[in-house]
Amino acid sequence: MNNPVLEANKLCKTFGSLVAVQDVSIDIYKEEIHAVIGPNGAGKSTLISQICGSLSSDKGSVFLLGKDITNLPTEKRASLGIGRTFQISALSKEDTVLENAILGSVGASGKHWKFFNPVLKNSILRDEAEYCLEIVGLKDLINLKTATLSHGQLRLLEVAVALTLKPKVFIMDEPMAGLGSDGTKQLTEFLDKLRERAPILLVEHDMDAVFALANRITVLDYGRIIASDKASSIKKDPEVQKAYLGEG
Amino acid sequence: MIKESHLNIFVLGLLIFVPFFAYWNDQPFTITLMTRAVIFAIAAVGLNLALGIGGFISFGHAAFFGLGGYVMGILAWHSQNYVTLVEWPILIEGTKSMPIIWIITIAASAFLAAIIGMISLKTTGVYFIMITLAFAQMMYYFSTSWSAYGGEDGLSIYVRNNFPGLNTLDPIQFFSICCVILLIVLFFMGRLIKSPFGLALNASRQSRQRIEAVGFDFHKLQLTAFILSGAITGLSGALFADLNRFVSPSMFSWQLSGEFIVFIIIGGVGRLFGPVIGALIFVWLEHLIGGISDYWHIFLGFILLAIVLFGKGGIIGLLSREDAQHE
Ligand SMILES: Nc1ncnc2c1ncn2[C@@H]1O[C@H](COP(=O)(O)OP(=O)(O)O)[C@@H](O)[C@H]1O
Ligand SMILES: [Mg+2]
Repeated sequence: MNNPVLEANKLCKTFGSLVAVQDVSIDIYKEEIHAVIGPNGAGKSTLISQICGSLSSDKGSVFLLGKDITNLPTEKRASLGIGRTFQISALSKEDTVLENAILGSVGASGKHWKFFNPVLKNSILRDEAEYCLEIVGLKDLINLKTATLSHGQLRLLEVAVALTLKPKVFIMDEPMAGLGSDGTKQLTEFLDKLRERAPILLVEHDMDAVFALANRITVLDYGRIIASDKASSIKKDPEVQKAYLGEG
Repeated sequence: MIKESHLNIFVLGLLIFVPFFAYWNDQPFTITLMTRAVIFAIAAVGLNLALGIGGFISFGHAAFFGLGGYVMGILAWHSQNYVTLVEWPILIEGTKSMPIIWIITIAASAFLAAIIGMISLKTTGVYFIMITLAFAQMMYYFSTSWSAYGGEDGLSIYVRNNFPGLNTLDPIQFFSICCVILLIVLFFMGRLIKSPFGLALNASRQSRQRIEAVGFDFHKLQLTAFILSGAITGLSGALFADLNRFVSPSMFSWQLSGEFIVFIIIGGVGRLFGPVIGALIFVWLEHLIGGISDYWHIFLGFILLAIVLFGKGGIIGLLSREDAQHE
């Protein structure tokens, strides 16, 4: 098989005496969805922050397309191709939907130090942003203030902004959280297609969505990996069933 | 409700009309008052970039205002007293030329802002407020003890500095210079707010995580904004000293830093014309009520309270609905 797009080796993170992540290794290959599941407080969000660079790791390393990014700051990792969505939406709430998306296009273009020409009149950046909003189905809302969007629409906007980055890998922290069943179904269908653009590291609580989407699943508990395998095998694992899937 | 852009045009009209009306009616004092308002407006437009768009509340912008004043004062003092400024390694003379003074002021203020910014932008919130205040206070005490340039008494300049082709001692001509500078600053600020940099700075105030997740260097963004902000406020300081033909440590005072913030709050935080409206209202209130009562700051306090209670949009927020985002 070819090389992984993203590879994390033996990541560790402690907060004081609390071991949040311990020796976690995980990799993601082209066109796959690798899900990370586990109970609340298992260390999933911490792991994501370590991979994305918003938390430094005590130990371990992260490679993106074979390049060591362990010591790079978040923004460098983002421009090298990590597209993250947040568990709690991190958007410019006072700005319009389009402005949020176009911020991603500007970020990805690398042309951050332009002080004079109006960004919304830049047709290249604008087309890209509108295209990504169209993909997630927010095209009709581009001029709305972001604060007026519903929870589900905010989740979609998070994904749209990540899309504008044209990332090499998507890293999504509970994108379905708080979506109704319709919303979850739509987003599930959407992510299913999205993996063709770039593979996805998916942290998710909704088990139906996880089993519908994931090629592989890693189970975390108290910061450690207790199982990591193909989705079909994980589904059958009696240990996992008992502890986390409530189907024992 | 009126459109914000219409309100802006109205304010600009007023800003230009009143001094010329006063000129025709031979009321030089009104012209001077308006010049003061325009200069304060420039200072606060500069601060608004950091405070309103970037969201970091500098309580020390008098550091740049005062620096601008002293750059002007020192250069002009050396020139009027025929004392060379620097003899070695190269000979530098003072100057009475406004454009040269402005360029040096902008460079010096930007440099000071880079130093203050690099240190204080490592902190946020109340700590940032206190550190910027501390820097301005340091400048204040330094200036009081620098006896070569007047110490606590400050420096007087006998004649206003020169601008090619104009008589700067004529109030309306000096007003015109300041007003044109304000217009230029507003023009560039208007462009900046809508530029990629402005968009990113605006977003950085709302979510640091977001800005980093799309690849921006948060610290560089803030530092750049702080430098631009300090440079603009510094320039206004040079104009202010020229208006008064006098510079003293009071230009570094924390009261002044606070007043700049007040202009922005009165007019509308983060609005292009917010500081302009705020400075105009402040200067006129100070003149009208200050003439009747020494306790005019109490009236100001009530006005501020009312504005803060009715929302953070300031006067602009009260009078105008937000302009729809046209392309
Ligand atoms: N910044 C932090 N400081 C201290 N403890 C933290 C911090 N972030 C997370 N933790 C702790 O680390 C553990 C893992 O948290 P987290 O990664 O958010 O779990 P999950 O996303 O799997 O629910 C939890 O016990 C949490 O309380
Ligand atoms: Mg979490």
